[in-house]
Amino acid sequence: MDHVWSLQKELVLLIMPMKNETILISHGAGGKQTRKLIEQTILKYFSDKILLPLPDAATVNIKGVEICFTTDSYVVNPVFFPGGDIGKLAICGTINDLAVSGAIPLFISCAMIIEEGFGFLMFEKILKSMSKIAKKTGVRIVTGDTKVVDRGKGDGIFITTTGIGLKFKNVQLGKQFIKKGDAVIIGGVPGMHELSIICARENIKFKTGLKSDCAPLHQMIEEIFGVSKKIRFMRDPTRGGVSAVLNEIVSGSDFGIEIYEDKIPLTKQVRSICEILGFDILNLASEGNVVIIADSKDANSIVRTMRKNPVGKNASVIGFVTDEFCGKVILKTKFGSSRFIEMPAAGQLPRIC
Amino acid sequence: MKYIDSFRDTNAIRGLVSKIHSVAGKIGKEIVLMEVCGTHTMAIARAGLRQLLPENVKLISGPGCPVCVSPNSFIDKAIAISELKNTIVTTFGDMYRVPSGNGSLEKQHSKGARIEIVYSPFDAIEIARRKPENNVVFIGVGFETTAPVIASVIKYAKQEKIKNFLVLAGNKIIPPAMEILVSDVHHHLDGFICPGHVSVIIGSKPYEIFPEKYNIPCVISGFEACDILQSILYLLEMIAGMEKISVKIQYTRCVDPEGNIKAKKIMNEVFSVCDSEWRGIGLIKSSGLAIKDEYKQYDAEYMLDVSVNISHDRSGCICGDVLKGIKSPVDCIFFKKVCTPENPVGPCMVSSEGTCAAYYAYEK
Repeated sequence: MDHVWSLQKELVLLIMPMKNETILISHGAGGKQTRKLIEQTILKYFSDKILLPLPDAATVNIKGVEICFTTDSYVVNPVFFPGGDIGKLAICGTINDLAVSGAIPLFISCAMIIEEGFGFLMFEKILKSMSKIAKKTGVRIVTGDTKVVDRGKGDGIFITTTGIGLKFKNVQLGKQFIKKGDAVIIGGVPGMHELSIICARENIKFKTGLKSDCAPLHQMIEEIFGVSKKIRFMRDPTRGGVSAVLNEIVSGSDFGIEIYEDKIPLTKQVRSICEILGFDILNLASEGNVVIIADSKDANSIVRTMRKNPVGKNASVIGFVTDEFCGKVILKTKFGSSRFIEMPAAGQLPRIC
Repeated sequence: MKYIDSFRDTNAIRGLVSKIHSVAGKIGKEIVLMEVCGTHTMAIARAGLRQLLPENVKLISGPGCPVCVSPNSFIDKAIAISELKNTIVTTFGDMYRVPSGNGSLEKQHSKGARIEIVYSPFDAIEIARRKPENNVVFIGVGFETTAPVIASVIKYAKQEKIKNFLVLAGNKIIPPAMEILVSDVHHHLDGFICPGHVSVIIGSKPYEIFPEKYNIPCVISGFEACDILQSILYLLEMIAGMEKISVKIQYTRCVDPEGNIKAKKIMNEVFSVCDSEWRGIGLIKSSGLAIKDEYKQYDAEYMLDVSVNISHDRSGCICGDVLKGIKSPVDCIFFKKVCTPENPVGPCMVSSEGTCAAYYAYEK
């Protein structure tokens, strides 16, 4: 009896947040810990009904006009990496959050926290890259803020971008529209961004030529809306990767998702690095990739359309929504066994975006 | 990548599975095989190999995850070191989140301790070079796999006269732990899938005691689906009496019977064999590696004055029995309920090679 009591006490102690608990780096990694931080602490105080489904961007109605509204902070280390930099990442990330919410990105704000001692040359390089990508995409940077903190109190530069976009007419996206039998589509090889950051960090010393996939997706997404009226859900698999997106979709739903190992687009390079470093490609972040759930009848035309665009050239159907294993994501191996794909617990690496 | 693909070939896998079924059918009774190494545990779970095996072939996981078998006292020491002034603790990523009763290195980091994750102990040396005003302590865990590189770093530090680099020595040797398991009368085992990476260093000879003294066959296996299935087949063939009970090397592309002589030499130069405490198993004679007197100036335990409060395992956590292969993670009342990868109660849930983490992530 004593033993049972001590176990119960143990369970209670484990569930209760400890008085001295502090925020850990894994709380910011986009996996379960981040989810817990948001749900158990932040939502205790912020509970607006627009916020509660936790979309990439909020859809707000202003005098009959539907606007999407999103914000994101960028703390990537290093600030320059193969395929991009913190500036390009900030603009693309905000564009993509609007695009996957079914909006045309229009205006962006840019707030920068700069650490004393940060080089002007690097600063201008970042600004130039932001301006270049904004011009290319037609998105306008219309307001901003700059703050400088003491040396040692920041880490180079942090950028926060907020974006607003005009919602496409007749496009309704959300988990609630997903039906059994729907196709799961991915825009390209997963994990390119996180892998390139990993390789750019000083402590891994092999040359790969790998680049981040950091790119704006809005144009391709607009083209997809042109060929299918039955797109149910979209999200860009950033921190936590495809695993996190798929698990978020099935969480609390009366369906599961089955994906096929041999349908996941991969390059030799990405596979090799993952094999060497022991990473699960599905847990790695992309910055120019999208997961789409759509009616399976439209899947082929969606994939064809995506492949015409350079950012979607490796688009593929990787699986389907099933009524088996509700609330779970299952991966079928090519030799017929299967396993669960779980929500990644902590990111494989902190500060990747 | 063609190289790896041939070890994951669907037809080859189907062929091996059908042979395994036929030999297991001939044996009839339940066969218990232990995969000693955590990397095998993970590979088996990831490829879903348990589902492909006959019902009478049971795979159990062994004590071969170095992070998991490091006792609380070792983590407590690492935590205590991280609290010292002008000290940077460097560690392999797996060790970062492992909890002891006193917290974890991750929690120490959030409190302001300087902890850096490195991929190689040579990165720790670089940090020591860059920051001469600090002591840089490397948390040395691992089996015979990491011991040679840690030994060579210590040797290098001596050659280069680097004075602010230290190692908290926690390396362990696998075969003595395997012998403890087979000599336990309550523990029934029919065969060992021996670790591949460890055997690259030590070769096949240290396992010969198992067929000779205990009549238990051993196969040193690679890590791909075909490797593991072929190793299981070899074990079953020996158990069925079709082959002599012995130590076989399946992982021939990497393992030589003699092992890596150069690596063994450098290990012996820097480390001496000592008794070592294993989580869940207790003190095992001659199962650890201590830094030799000639290199004592690099031994963190010897050089640093730390007072350590040794914590205890959480009551109810069965990591110890899981490590011995007596219990499965699903037998644990904490498993998946309160013990999850983001909130691990025991080390088997934290390490990327831990049995509980493998079951949590992949097994249906």
